[in-house]
Amino acid sequence: MFKWFGMVNFTPYTRVAEFAAHLKDGRIMASRCSACGARSFPPRADCAACMAREFEWMEISGRGTLHTFTTIAAAPTGFERYAPYTVGVVDLEEGGRALAWLGGTIPSGEIAIGMTLQLVPRIEEDVEEIRVFYSLERPGTTWSKAGAATVGERQAPPAAAGARRREQV
Amino acid sequence: MSRVGIVGIGHTAFGRRSDATVQELAFDAFAEALHDAGLERDAVDASVIAAVPEYHKQRSLAGVVQEYLGLCPKPTWLVEVACASGSAAIRTAWLAIRAGVHDVVAVIGCQKMTELETAEVLALMGRVGEVQWESCFGTTFPAYYAMFARRHMHEFGTRPEHLNGVAVKNHHYGALNPLAMFRKEITAEKAAASDPVASPFHVYDCCANADGAACVILASESRAREMSTRPVWLAGMGCGSDSMSVLRRPHLTGLPSAERAAAEAYAMAGVGPRDIKVADVHDCFTIAEIMAYEDLGFCAKGEGGRFIAERESYIGGRLPVNVDGGLKAKGHPIGATGVSMTYEIAKQLRGDAGERQVPGADVGLTHNVGGIGQYCFVQVLARD
Ligand SMILES: [Zn+2]
Repeated sequence: MFKWFGMVNFTPYTRVAEFAAHLKDGRIMASRCSACGARSFPPRADCAACMAREFEWMEISGRGTLHTFTTIAAAPTGFERYAPYTVGVVDLEEGGRALAWLGGTIPSGEIAIGMTLQLVPRIEEDVEEIRVFYSLERPGTTWSKAGAATVGERQAPPAAAGARRREQV
Repeated sequence: MSRVGIVGIGHTAFGRRSDATVQELAFDAFAEALHDAGLERDAVDASVIAAVPEYHKQRSLAGVVQEYLGLCPKPTWLVEVACASGSAAIRTAWLAIRAGVHDVVAVIGCQKMTELETAEVLALMGRVGEVQWESCFGTTFPAYYAMFARRHMHEFGTRPEHLNGVAVKNHHYGALNPLAMFRKEITAEKAAASDPVASPFHVYDCCANADGAACVILASESRAREMSTRPVWLAGMGCGSDSMSVLRRPHLTGLPSAERAAAEAYAMAGVGPRDIKVADVHDCFTIAEIMAYEDLGFCAKGEGGRFIAERESYIGGRLPVNVDGGLKAKGHPIGATGVSMTYEIAKQLRGDAGERQVPGADVGLTHNVGGIGQYCFVQVLARD
């Protein structure tokens, strides 16, 4: 089921494939090592700290602060129709980092390092196959499974539309 | 432990080389290095080829290069760690010589990047980062360094003018280098006005894909002294690695792999940053050169922007950097780049760099980064 994750997916098989099923149901999950308790986001099955093979899923809030970001004008294969789009890296409150698109709830003029954001589960509804991802949104933003797309953003993920207003350097 | 010396160097012109195959380019660099060393081909015990395979139609490149150079049946192998392949190849040759297995080893970095279709280039560009959690958001090579730049600007007040300053300097020296891809000066205004790639980067913040080859011939200390009156020594060899994912890095304002590689190279050579008279660093993007100043100890952390603004990395400044044009203006045929750096610094230490010669250059440094700092190799080179 990890093939669901991302608009373009390069890794359909992984020991943490359940992540995508949780995401489809609206949950952002980190991993926690059953032996030493080390947490990881992105999740990993095999502990980097103690090399134990057992882990548990742990739901996280997804809240974090923006560490850095860029608006990509020159897009690679599969992402041309979204360009320009903004990707950001957030330091998550519950540990770890995530890289994701900045979504439609964040006006491009307001993007600033240090701002509080929330990683929000998303479903791309405009394609037949299941495609899940997460985007960085204003804290408190939620999407139900059915209402994944924001108002007026049916053509592309909100990230793309949000980034279309070219950011000032 | 005995040293390893550079006894011969060769280098093709970098750029769009639709006139030659990759093995033909390798031939040019190797023949020049043999001639430079005054060696017969038979004196070469083994070859190490540096190239990144996915850019070539020809698979398993070491075989075709070895055949075309007429080196069969001597040992050969391919080394690949993305953009740092060249320095990694030099490291394996150095290891083989230090181990006493081989006495004379040719290291050939060669790459043709312009034979790919645009669509293939764009597909490759989308798999530069960690593919499970990052590439699925459409990240690109410039985008990662752009995120480093944005964070560096945030923490240290580095400005777009500093980024442009690196491009202006490297084009200035590229104009003086007959082997460089771009031999034209540019202005900061032109750099700032070029098309956006990934903010804050514009086209002139990014190096260009190129074709080309470079070769260095290494020999054990005793052989190097026999065959050369002016060997350049691999005095310090450092190497480090870091996570594929930017999500697992301690910070995004520099490359910890470079700091580690530099510390190791300085310690082995018994020198410090203040002893370095000339350096070639991995300026795949303008911010990369600014971070390199800091990671290598040429200036304090956060002072990299000021270092270029005050022209400290020009000839006549505190430590001239990339006076061959760097990746930015010389071009970046990724497998050849690390070997090209060693070529340039050896040339500087011999006093053969002509218009670009750094006066009194007796100790130099190369800094070759793979990917976005997953790999870094630092060499300290010295002459007697
Ligand atoms: Zn553990």
